[in-house]
Amino acid sequence: MHEPRPILLAKARLIDPSRDLDTRGDILIADGVIKDIAPNLADGLPPETEIVDCRRLVAVPGLVDMRAFIGEPGAEHRETLASASQAAAAGGVTTIICQPDTDPVIDDPAIVDFILRRARDTAIVHVHPMAALTKGLEGREMTEIGLLGAAGAVAFTDGTRSIGSAQVLRRALTYGRDFGALIVHHTQDASLAGEGVMNEGELASRLGLAGLSKAAETIVFERDVRLAAITGGRYHAASLTCADSLEVLRRAKDAGIDVTASASINHLTLNERDVVGYRTFFKLTPPLRAEDDRLALVQGVAEGLIDIIVSDHNPQDVEVKRLPFSEAAFGAVGLETMLAAGLRLVTSGALDLMTLIRAMSTKPAERLGLPAGTLRPGARADIALIALDDAWILDPLTLKSRCRNTPFDEARFEGRVVRTLVAGRTVYEYV
Amino acid sequence: MTSNPTASFTLPRRHLLGIEGLSPQEIVGLLDLAEEFVLLNRQVEKKRATLRGRTQINLFFEASTRTQASFEIAGKRLGADVMNMSVSTSSVKKGETLIDTAATLNAMHPDVLIVRHSASGAVELLARKVDCAVVNAGDGAHEHPTQALLDALTIRRNKGRIEGLTVAICGDITHSRVARSNMLLLQALGAQVRVIAPPTLLPKGIERFGVTVYGDMREGLADVDIVMMLRLQRERMNGSYVPSVKEYFHFWGLDEAKLRFAKPDALVMHPGPMNRGVEIDSAVADGAQSLIREQVEMGVAVRMAVLDALSRNLPNA
Repeated sequence: MHEPRPILLAKARLIDPSRDLDTRGDILIADGVIKDIAPNLADGLPPETEIVDCRRLVAVPGLVDMRAFIGEPGAEHRETLASASQAAAAGGVTTIICQPDTDPVIDDPAIVDFILRRARDTAIVHVHPMAALTKGLEGREMTEIGLLGAAGAVAFTDGTRSIGSAQVLRRALTYGRDFGALIVHHTQDASLAGEGVMNEGELASRLGLAGLSKAAETIVFERDVRLAAITGGRYHAASLTCADSLEVLRRAKDAGIDVTASASINHLTLNERDVVGYRTFFKLTPPLRAEDDRLALVQGVAEGLIDIIVSDHNPQDVEVKRLPFSEAAFGAVGLETMLAAGLRLVTSGALDLMTLIRAMSTKPAERLGLPAGTLRPGARADIALIALDDAWILDPLTLKSRCRNTPFDEARFEGRVVRTLVAGRTVYEYV
Repeated sequence: MTSNPTASFTLPRRHLLGIEGLSPQEIVGLLDLAEEFVLLNRQVEKKRATLRGRTQINLFFEASTRTQASFEIAGKRLGADVMNMSVSTSSVKKGETLIDTAATLNAMHPDVLIVRHSASGAVELLARKVDCAVVNAGDGAHEHPTQALLDALTIRRNKGRIEGLTVAICGDITHSRVARSNMLLLQALGAQVRVIAPPTLLPKGIERFGVTVYGDMREGLADVDIVMMLRLQRERMNGSYVPSVKEYFHFWGLDEAKLRFAKPDALVMHPGPMNRGVEIDSAVADGAQSLIREQVEMGVAVRMAVLDALSRNLPNA
């Protein structure tokens, strides 16, 4: 493949959370990297340079989505690395971290290698796998953390499974510590969660649906924080949903424990009332909570207490979604809408754009040790261009994901990705 | 019946999916209409031609002899052709989804579907996929509207009113669609509703349903007009929600001693089928204060009223 010609992003508003930079200027891209950033780079460009008028656009570092369930290998009807990467590009996501709950499970270095090779050959954005923390995701025996890491796994998790045994998690945190392994955990006590399918409370009771207590999350998270403290391991909560958990997180950070946390874009922009009418596209794990918890999460992001926002992209086909609520699968697609949904929080004044992009790009890149999340000269040119004022309505038929289980069906958005660059190459353009 | 006050009654909706959303006027209208069918059902000639030519399918994903029989008789007395489909004989067990079943049945042009399903919201989901009228015959722990209507009719016939009465609903509130529909209906018609249950069988947020919550039967039954008992499912009896049948009956089973805490003329109800010796003592179930058999009779009348009212909105009606 020949190298694309140089690109000048002219007169863009530049948001670079890695340097707290919010200014207007030009970005020159060549050889896959950001060559220079300055107020004016229009003079003396190579003649073949493509000049993009960015006067009404914002340039941000491409998003890094730390939690995407994909389905390759084993469930390609849900999503392939190729289709997920198309969806990601359309959403300004330039790096996907895929989850290990594939078939076979990503618990062997050979499968990490398979993912990386398939991604190189078929995906248009960067893909890095998380490997399983326990063999077969069974919560019993730890995987080859050292070898999996050497093969390219960026973190270790059992996906949407929570590890019931404190001993297993303790050993994994302890063993993984000297490898610098990041342990990512779905914090939900399985026995307390029981048959629960939505947030426990009045609404679940009225709908006659089994409730899932917030305590199921907080109990596990609190346990995990103590394990992180005694082991010195690196720990990340995959998706916190309630104010009680944020109190635990705050205390952990104040105590200097190596704990970080994500919130999903769904939990930041939707609440349990969206479930009314038994709408299975809003059936998520962990479940959507009440509005006061949503507001606490948004506040958590605004303060930097919650480090990272994830899409929690989880494609499910109609066969497992067009069912009675209690029987339907959990999960919603999100790669394509994460940024647009996040911009709602900016439009409403709850977050500033810098904070949003930091949580969607710079922070996950830092936590995972990936060369992304920055617009520094010399950095790989992973960039999303956003038209903040573009109003649009999501037509699910236009989604690039293989599944259309979006909770934002027909939703109104303000702000869209108009172009996505991965290593200097244009991988998506809204026309 | 020459002067027929209910002939002009209309229920401006296609389906009956729950009590939620029904206005008090609609509820009273259905009860008034049902009164006519109570009289009809006691005659030798019980047939009407209201649903002649119509096809009614009773689609039961969860077995229920009584409710299915009640809907079948109701449909037949109104002249409909009634077909019963139950889960054991249907293709649902072969992996066909609810939506597929709905589409298949819909293609056969039924006029009314009576649906029971073990999942909350399943009947509403099915109703969105078919062209005919749908009656919810019980969905999970959500609603069972015809049960609440027949309970209300039974109460009204015995007490002359519903407004101002105090009704205690006792037992497994958490898993009961009967309790939910009754709480909605009785409050809509102005009754005071209490719920009495061990804390493990009370749903979260119950205090925000407008009811008064009791753990103790004696306190909860004090001065009530109606005692409505609920069935406790067998799998919840032994240690999971309550320690044992013996302990449950001791504290929450309705026997004559506990019933004495209610008003002297209090009446006892149960949606059936009863677990004698678990939630209710035989002496009470078969006693002078029991309305349990009358509830069954009212069930047919109420279901005829619902079918009649919905059929008035069917095409070519």
